[in-house]
Amino acid sequence: RRDNMAFTLYSLIQAAILCVNAVAVLHEERFLSKIGWGVDQSVGGFGDEPGIKVQLMNLVRSVRTVMRVPLIAVNSVCIVLLLLFG
Amino acid sequence: MRLRNSSMDGSDGSQLFEDTSRAGNQQAGPQAAGFPGQSLLSDPMSNLAMAYGSSLASQGREMVDKNLDRFIPISKLKYYFAVDTVYVGKKLGLLVFPYMHENWEVSYQQDTPVAPRFDVNAPDLYIPAMGFITYVLVAGLALGTQNRFSPELLGVQASSALVWLIMEVLAVLLSLYLVTVNTDLTTIDLLAFSGYKYVGMIVGVVAGLLFGKPAYYLSLLWCCVAIFVFMIRTLRLKLLSEAAAEGRLVRGARNQLRMYLTMSIAAAQPIFMYWLTYHLIR
Repeated sequence: RRDNMAFTLYSLIQAAILCVNAVAVLHEERFLSKIGWGVDQSVGGFGDEPGIKVQLMNLVRSVRTVMRVPLIAVNSVCIVLLLLFG
Repeated sequence: MRLRNSSMDGSDGSQLFEDTSRAGNQQAGPQAAGFPGQSLLSDPMSNLAMAYGSSLASQGREMVDKNLDRFIPISKLKYYFAVDTVYVGKKLGLLVFPYMHENWEVSYQQDTPVAPRFDVNAPDLYIPAMGFITYVLVAGLALGTQNRFSPELLGVQASSALVWLIMEVLAVLLSLYLVTVNTDLTTIDLLAFSGYKYVGMIVGVVAGLLFGKPAYYLSLLWCCVAIFVFMIRTLRLKLLSEAAAEGRLVRGARNQLRMYLTMSIAAAQPIFMYWLTYHLIR
């Protein structure tokens, strides 16, 4: 009965950090271009609004660009805290 | 983008809330002279010190207000709490019985939305906030009747419900971004809409506590259908294009996608309502 009871804000922060890390490790050349999600493949139609796939690709690219440096800091802090406090 | 804050404060400040500050200031003056006695205030040095101290305090408060306004938009938040009893009563009635209401449009006044106390269709944050707190208290009550209560469980329930709320708002934001809907729904609007389900949850849990499990299921079913219809009718006007919102069948992949999005947002509410309350009724 305690399934949904253990959700705390701390677990939400942990999940968010893990998700952002997962998006940040997707490499542009080695992986995204191979599956057709590269930067050069996102230039779609100009008249109509972009589809879901283009929006997702843009989202992945923006997250990678914006969160690269803050993730270094956040990950270092997490590593130090986990080493110290388990 | 329609702004909610700029024209509402300042000269129109009395439209959102009544201004009671002048009455308070006049009362503070003579009282401060009466209390410390005559000797303290006849000294000009302490007069100077008091004047300097009060000006320093008001400066500090101004600085705190200005800095806080950068992180949490307090002036925008004020709009969502400008409610009165009549509005709350009508809105609660709408949440459990939305079938008779005809006009779901939010009325505007010179391109800014009217404050909730003048328009029953406008979203507010008072009902979701109070609903959340009441839900946590009712959950504690329900757990107490089953001898499963301990004070930290209140905190666990509160943070668990808060996490689900945050995740739901983030999911809706993400799906709105992916479908590229041009809408004037702000994040706080979505927070308000997601918080309206707490009313139905409270009704269900209280009915289950008073009358047993069948009453819980019946009232929860009623509230789930009501909130589903409420969300569809409210979101239809905001997310869909003009033609589709009037009910005419509009073809095209884009409108279909938006229709699916509206339906899934509305369908997520009953699921959460059941998920967050089923463990409270045994």
